[in-house]
Amino acid sequence: MGEFLHQLASGVALGGVYAIMALALVMIYQATQLINFAQGEMAMFSTYFAWKLIDLGEPYWLAFFATVLVSFIGGVVIERLIVRPFANAPVLASVIVFIGLSLIFNSLAGWLYGYSVQSFDSPFTSKPLFGAGYMSAHESGSIVVTLAVLALVYAFFRFTPLGLAMRAAAQNPVSSRLVGIRVGRMLAIGWGLAAAIGSIAGMMAAPIVYLDPNMMGGVLLYAFAGAVLGGIDNPFGAAVGGFAVGVLGNLVGAYVVGSEVKLSVALAIIIAVLVWRPSGLFGRRLVARV
Amino acid sequence: MAERDGALRVLVALAVGLIALAFPFFASGYHIYQGSQVLILAIALLGLNLLTGFNGQISLGHGAFFAIGGYGAAILITKFGLPFWAAIPLASVVCFVAGFLFGFPALRFGGLYLALATFALAVATPQILSYTGFDALTGGSQGISLPKPLAPLGISLNSDQWLYLVCLGSAAALYWAARNLAGGRIGRALIAIRDQPIAAETMGVNAALYKTTCFGVSALYAGVAGGLSAIAVGFVSPESFGLPLSLAFLVGIVVGGLASLNGVLFGALFIEFVPNIADQLSVNFGESAKALPGAIYGTLLILVMAAMPTGVAGAARAAANAVLRGLAPSRPAKVEIDDGATNAVANSARFSTIGNVSSIRFCN
Repeated sequence: MGEFLHQLASGVALGGVYAIMALALVMIYQATQLINFAQGEMAMFSTYFAWKLIDLGEPYWLAFFATVLVSFIGGVVIERLIVRPFANAPVLASVIVFIGLSLIFNSLAGWLYGYSVQSFDSPFTSKPLFGAGYMSAHESGSIVVTLAVLALVYAFFRFTPLGLAMRAAAQNPVSSRLVGIRVGRMLAIGWGLAAAIGSIAGMMAAPIVYLDPNMMGGVLLYAFAGAVLGGIDNPFGAAVGGFAVGVLGNLVGAYVVGSEVKLSVALAIIIAVLVWRPSGLFGRRLVARV
Repeated sequence: MAERDGALRVLVALAVGLIALAFPFFASGYHIYQGSQVLILAIALLGLNLLTGFNGQISLGHGAFFAIGGYGAAILITKFGLPFWAAIPLASVVCFVAGFLFGFPALRFGGLYLALATFALAVATPQILSYTGFDALTGGSQGISLPKPLAPLGISLNSDQWLYLVCLGSAAALYWAARNLAGGRIGRALIAIRDQPIAAETMGVNAALYKTTCFGVSALYAGVAGGLSAIAVGFVSPESFGLPLSLAFLVGIVVGGLASLNGVLFGALFIEFVPNIADQLSVNFGESAKALPGAIYGTLLILVMAAMPTGVAGAARAAANAVLRGLAPSRPAKVEIDDGATNAVANSARFSTIGNVSSIRFCN
């Protein structure tokens, strides 16, 4: 039972990371109907930035917020420079561009910071905030950070004028433009927010999976699974889905197939959802107009 | 000018064929091995291009089918004692079935979801291959070593030369098959499904059947390539079939030219030699050279999509046309009809009418 609770708790902690990653994916999907395959590598690159700052002697939380800010700016710049020219291109071109982007970030990180695995400090070093005995201090802290991010994102989109404008731009770009919303700018901010949220996921994942240029491969895969499970057009669903696949992956990995094939669990979840319920648990069923 | 165009094409094809045939009798052992690798990659790219370039289905996981072909052949050869010429076709039939089955749910996915599912497949493949439950068959993370096949008795070729010729023969046969597939009724149907799925169905194209079969055929090509690669390298291991391989295939068809069958040769040369050159540079530049292939791949993917969506093949065709036009200045330049390749990535907005015959025309 103790072992089970332990697996469950660390599943929830990992699930939180997947949930924020999935939220970042959903944010871009809602606005552009595209899945950002470079999201993982962007988060990894941000995490390296934080690691470098900490390495230079900056305190953790200063590095944390600086990284979030820089990632936001980076996301906006990427949208303006690389994503926008392909705004009207078919899906195939966009997917190819995102793959290109992920390859660039991966090799850039390898070139700047090397390919050897680095340890990444957690800010939560003392005793666990809760759940002592079942989870590490970092895991409990990571859950708190996750919940805070989810609450902030919810509040931003629900209660601020900018959040409202962004939702409008995503739902109906033409009408939004008519009422004076700068749709292009909203898209850029959306990319910035996704990059910023992704960087938090990276910094929370790094103490668990360790820091190297390929660290986010598995995390991104599980975030995909979470987003698909919850419904890729629904932020709430994606967050729930992220937690669900985190727990599911840990439990199935520990008790059914063995943790060395954990990635296949994500693959199985993705395929199962797409076969039986392509819109996910909370997603809207898509009806195409002929 | 049309005759001239045709004559030039035949000449180029003959020259490429002759060079390819003569290559193993002049080159050194290692270069022959590299030549085999290029041919193997070209076969895989042919398959992926049929799927992605012609039919518009995105696969980021063709490394998985390459792996099934490679492991299938290796297991059939080492565990069941089959000769390679029987093992590879058998393994690629398995690939066809696997591809068909994967393509079946993929029908419901739509482009983006298919990309996602195949991406997941690519990431998970090495883990599945090294799964301890399959150890007896797959050798776990150690992989399987297999002997290099020797030339049949009476033919005085060394094993590298023989393998090269086997690869060349397979590549030529599969190229011919792909050309016939893509150039005829089936190819037009595939392109129609890519560009105008609804219109294609109303005209009686069975989109579901074409898409799944196309996925199967494409996986079969990857399987043949995987099988040949297993015997050429003499070794299969889980780590060589991961996401980087699948993404290299994507780079290959994009650089060579989407929906261009001739372009796969450029693509194959490119993805064979860029990592090679990076390896050589790493002697001087150390570890950071490891980042070079990825950086080049990524930058080129974006640049090609932005500036040259038809890839090297499209650029070469445009250059050849310009030269031909220059040779015949007195005649009015023929208006080039847009072919399938041009539309592979740039169709949606510009060609919205069904009546636009050019968007379902194929010429290579």
